[in-house]
Amino acid sequence: MEVKDIIKPENLVYEKPKLLTENTMHYCPGCTHGVVHRIVAEVIEDLNIQERTIGVSPVGCSVFAYNYIDIDWQEAAHGRAPAVATGISRVNPDKVVFTYQGDGDLASIGAAEIMHACNRGEDIVVIFINNAIYGMTGGQMAPTTLLGQVTATTPCGRDAERNGYPLKITELIAQLPGTSYVTRQSAHTPASVRKCKKAIKKAFQNALDKKGTSFVEVVSTCNSGWRINPVDANVWMEENMFPYYPVGDMKDAERDSKEAHLKKN
Amino acid sequence: MAKVVGAVVVDTEECKGCGLCVVACPQQVLGQNKQVNSRGYHFSFMENPEACIGCSNCAIVCPDTCITVYRVRV
Repeated sequence: MEVKDIIKPENLVYEKPKLLTENTMHYCPGCTHGVVHRIVAEVIEDLNIQERTIGVSPVGCSVFAYNYIDIDWQEAAHGRAPAVATGISRVNPDKVVFTYQGDGDLASIGAAEIMHACNRGEDIVVIFINNAIYGMTGGQMAPTTLLGQVTATTPCGRDAERNGYPLKITELIAQLPGTSYVTRQSAHTPASVRKCKKAIKKAFQNALDKKGTSFVEVVSTCNSGWRINPVDANVWMEENMFPYYPVGDMKDAERDSKEAHLKKN
Repeated sequence: MAKVVGAVVVDTEECKGCGLCVVACPQQVLGQNKQVNSRGYHFSFMENPEACIGCSNCAIVCPDTCITVYRVRV
């Protein structure tokens, strides 16, 4: 069969989600932001909540997220996205509010805001892109940078004595009673992208059902900041990031309460 | 068993030549073109079109969503 016979509208199995705009993304080649943007667009499309969704974009590489997903957006000051999202969701309880933050934004500058928003159990979704580096400003050390990892500000590798230890913010947040769903995912292989989509869909469903804060960390690559090519960056992430940031659900309030109920009886 | 054949269309101007689709393809269909697009990237193309099964793995990992996938049973 000729290729031109296969390329027909009735044979279409995958195309760009309609919520993604025609703008070319400004991200570097192979950046995980593009994949996660698409997952968010697909989930919003699947749940049919385009008119009800408000995103809060951070300061960082994804500062221009509003150029790419065709929903309402609000730009927040550095790290303050959860505080802005709290305001939006309290004034508009019928809206689905999510924040989209990087590791410098969420774990460093915005550490207080995210802790208290999660502790209050605001009905928001937090999407946290953890690539262990400050990507936008040129690859400086972030709180999540691994020990020994070379960055622009740790040229000899991160040293625990001088720079402290990598911050496992997702584990900290999982202990807060306000959160309903805390998970860590990745988006580097077809299987992990599908799992990540499932997790983000669940998070948005929790926000629709007013179950409390849902927190989805996506372990990501920053091939420009790490100074390796996109394919090798994925391998580096598997070898170095996954042992310290293991992928999986940390907390699922609904499932945990069901299990506790079963154990009791 | 019905055979499935597929084809992908790469938006060559949107493609940034990261090569993630090339490694994600289970059938080794895709390759990076020696030519470049207007922004200087070696865009992906179907190097081996008859092997494509239309699994859409390449489109799922593409950060720039520049791949459209078609599949038909023959």
